[in-house]
Amino acid sequence: MEAFLEIFDVFLLEAIISGILLGGVLALLALGLNLIFGVIDVTWICYAELIMIGMYGLYYFYAVYGVPMWMAVPMCIVLVAILGLLLHYLVIEPLLDAAPINQLLATGGVLFFLQSFATVAFGIDFRNLGIRLPVLAIGDMHFSYARLLAFLAAIGGMVAVYLFMTRTYTGTAIRAIAQDRHIMPLMGVDTRRLYLITSAIGGGLAGLAACLLVLQYDVHPFVGLSFGPITFLICVLGGLGNFIGGFVAAFLFAQIISLGGLYSDLEWGYVLAFAFFIVMMFVRPQGLLARRS
Amino acid sequence: MNPRNPALWLVAAALVALPFVYRQPYHLHVMVLILIWSFAYTSWSMMGRFGLVSLGHGGFMGVGAYTTALLWNHFGVSPWIGIPVALVAAGALALIVAWPCFRFRITGHYFALVTLALSGIVLQVITATRDQTGGSLGYTPERTKGSALAALQFVDKETWYLIALGVWAAGLAIWYLVDRSMLRDALEAISEDEDAAAAAGINVTAEKLKITVLSALMTALAGAIYCQYQMFISPDTVSGIAVSLQMVFAAVVGGIYVAFGPTVGAIITILLAEILRIGFGTKAVGWDNLVYGVLLIVFIIFLPKGILGSLLERLKSPSKH
Repeated sequence: MEAFLEIFDVFLLEAIISGILLGGVLALLALGLNLIFGVIDVTWICYAELIMIGMYGLYYFYAVYGVPMWMAVPMCIVLVAILGLLLHYLVIEPLLDAAPINQLLATGGVLFFLQSFATVAFGIDFRNLGIRLPVLAIGDMHFSYARLLAFLAAIGGMVAVYLFMTRTYTGTAIRAIAQDRHIMPLMGVDTRRLYLITSAIGGGLAGLAACLLVLQYDVHPFVGLSFGPITFLICVLGGLGNFIGGFVAAFLFAQIISLGGLYSDLEWGYVLAFAFFIVMMFVRPQGLLARRS
Repeated sequence: MNPRNPALWLVAAALVALPFVYRQPYHLHVMVLILIWSFAYTSWSMMGRFGLVSLGHGGFMGVGAYTTALLWNHFGVSPWIGIPVALVAAGALALIVAWPCFRFRITGHYFALVTLALSGIVLQVITATRDQTGGSLGYTPERTKGSALAALQFVDKETWYLIALGVWAAGLAIWYLVDRSMLRDALEAISEDEDAAAAAGINVTAEKLKITVLSALMTALAGAIYCQYQMFISPDTVSGIAVSLQMVFAAVVGGIYVAFGPTVGAIITILLAEILRIGFGTKAVGWDNLVYGVLLIVFIIFLPKGILGSLLERLKSPSKH
């Protein structure tokens, strides 16, 4: 182990491992969005804002009302799942047959709405849970437990969704609808119900992501803008609706940000990631794992 | 929008005469803001109305504003030269991003998201080069010690009102010219069906590029004018995804398919923000966007052609409604 560490720069290794941990969280973020896109064929531009509301939810449940953590987390997940349900019911459903770009813009309206709702309701102060998780030290490297926990929970969430999609009847129906949304209604499938279930699952994943993010970062009404765009880029890079592609893209992006941040400022990590995205769009417009037609 | 219509010229004359008669500085300030943003929203709609939904216009605006200000502060280059340089920079950026997009037929959602990355990049670059640009704290062009004209810095609102009016009118004139050109026919055909348009002999990539670069140039000009007027810019007010969305939002509310639609959108959004700000002070923080968000959703669901667009349609064919 010591010899291994000597070959590699310790900081480089730390950045790579941090990148992998970050990748887990990004992959979870991308999963919910991909699910919505793959099944309903709609992009929730306001996805990161749902997460922001979830972060406030956990903050209020845990830090303000003193709900114990083991109860606050499920409550938060349910809260955002309900929001996802409402979003579909109130905004997406009337627009299902509209031009895709109108759906995009309407969820853009939801983004504005949630952001300013948070500003009005919670104020613009930065808030945090006030828990400091210890730092894990391996050799000269330091990782926060919060990140490790987030990584593990993200992987757990993804496995749960995978099992749901492949092992249950509803999951199978959802996958079928993603393959052909016009035939399924003819087969007697209630698409409306499946869309609502999918929206709730997408929201629930956002809620889980919110619980993990609020452990590491302060929450404020505009926090969504700091990770929202990156989530979209990951989904597009992986191919919208392509779960495995999104997974790979999340880890790629996380490495670029992490390593870019190691050699320079964090912003340059993001600039690199965005530039990489644009170049990749030209090389593989249908996503990383798509076969070229 | 027929230039031979006498009513149009009357309205134009009234708008030009306004600052000579009415000099309330705050009202003039609001009007200047409305005119500058109307121009920016019109620029966005130039391509938005052909189904090219760009979320990268915040990036073009940021390039316009920051290039002009940086050239002035660091090299003493007058905005008269700085603005053309900024336009070239924004145009080049548009070419670099849009050409491959159109060449590889990235459309719809994907185009919106690629351009979203572009606004993200511009915002992050401005923030990252904080030694030169002041980062997220914002940036102020230095006050000139010499000629106000050479530095394009005027203290009085009347001058700015006339400049903004001129730029806004130029924007509408460009809209009118595009509306009457072959470019419009080509782009309408493309927005209906790209393959059919290509089969009919339209060079899809070239036509889309023309309108995109034009739109980017106008947006960069709006950014530069905004910077010269406000004498303060920050990454959040002239670049980034929030600004891009703001443009889309205002344009959609006003109506993106009619020339005055984006202007109506700007009037509504800016007046709303100002009224809320004055009426409720700091308590109103967030309320304007809350109302915007709800309006945007309601509009897209019930009035996808925007306020002005739906109104004009209703006037033209009342029987259909």
